[in-house]
Amino acid sequence: MITTDICIIGAGPVGLFAVFEAGLLKMRCHLIDALPVVGGQLAEIYPQKPIYDIPGAPGIIAEDLVKNLLIQIEEFKPGFTLGERVESLDKQDDGSYIVRTNEGTVVHCQVVVIAAGLGSFEPRKPAVDKLEYFEGKGVHYMVKKPEQFRNQNVVLAGGGDSALDWTIFLADIASRVTLVHRGDTFRGAPDSAEKVFELAGKGKIDLILQSQVSSLGGNGVLKEISIVGNDKSVTTIPTDHFIPLFGLSPKLGPIANWNLGVEKSAIIVDTVDYSTNVERIYAIGDINTYPGKLKLILCGFHEAAIMMQSAFKYVYPDQKLSFKYTTVNGVNAF
Amino acid sequence: MVNIQVEDNNGDRRELEVIVDMGLNLMEMLKAYEYDIQATCGGMGLCATCHISVLEGGEGLPAQNDNELDTLDALPDAEPNSRLACQLRCNDDLNGMVIRLKALQEA
Repeated sequence: MITTDICIIGAGPVGLFAVFEAGLLKMRCHLIDALPVVGGQLAEIYPQKPIYDIPGAPGIIAEDLVKNLLIQIEEFKPGFTLGERVESLDKQDDGSYIVRTNEGTVVHCQVVVIAAGLGSFEPRKPAVDKLEYFEGKGVHYMVKKPEQFRNQNVVLAGGGDSALDWTIFLADIASRVTLVHRGDTFRGAPDSAEKVFELAGKGKIDLILQSQVSSLGGNGVLKEISIVGNDKSVTTIPTDHFIPLFGLSPKLGPIANWNLGVEKSAIIVDTVDYSTNVERIYAIGDINTYPGKLKLILCGFHEAAIMMQSAFKYVYPDQKLSFKYTTVNGVNAF
Repeated sequence: MVNIQVEDNNGDRRELEVIVDMGLNLMEMLKAYEYDIQATCGGMGLCATCHISVLEGGEGLPAQNDNELDTLDALPDAEPNSRLACQLRCNDDLNGMVIRLKALQEA
């Protein structure tokens, strides 16, 4: 079990900066994020885009802002659990919380901060008959352990970079790789697309264009897959695995079950300290809502500062909080 | 002001008046009418949470640029008539168009 003062759900810009504001008050943080990397939307959706409204950092590139935030919080040594989704929050008798993820990670903390943006990024699922039935029985939405596909038949679907990259990678591992794509060209990185056509030309992979996977079959485990062409022709081929790769989309997910006040997929907070209707649980950044709310990174930063001052009383119930400036006191690392 | 029709998941169509002189895009207009689309990236054409398909009309719309095609190409349910609402300016080209909100089905 991981023990910390504050557990922050979401490692986007606001969750990261919250570590800094907590650190100034000598509170330690652990962050959990469903994505395998920090940065949230900045990493997943627009890493190369400039952001013009970060005070003092005009036109900063999104991934640079994430890098800078990591430097800014380094001294406070936050812990990270990445690639896992928080499933439950359990209040303990002393008021503290136990936070559990879908992979079994357990964090004990005094305060929970939800900085989850629009929720957790979940894979987009194509409309394929029996897709969910075969999840864990041959259907995968990401490649976690490529070795599991050694000497197996694998069908991938998608037209983006990840579909191309995994097709190339698995071509050397799996006994047979088939890539199914709706279009007849690929818009991913030209080098990758060229390589895929080359592998198909050499007969190392099967490329099925202008087609979509329509249904899955098998008795308990995936055995075959049906592919329908744009001309309505249906082909059924044997396979052990199906990997649809259609990117990620944010979902509110388990947050909806935590008895928090929610309005239009956002958590209602009190603007005095960005607390939710449940004691010791706060919500900051795009995930919260209040009259006049603006979904801006800079507003999330402000909310983090205010919120940590309020959380102090739960972490240090016997101490009096005195407000200090970093220019006077500096930043005192842990 | 021009009119479009928006089809929801039940196939019901609703007529909307689109304001054309405020520099808005169709995603912003749909949000203003309180359609529950996420518009995660805020109109950069990157997240596909404002995915629509054009059922009728829209002949005068500008073709998709590379950025829009890239994003649409990564979706499981894109169709030849798919667009990202955030990439369509609210102007006279929209008049008489019938669209379906694909992104709603995903939420």
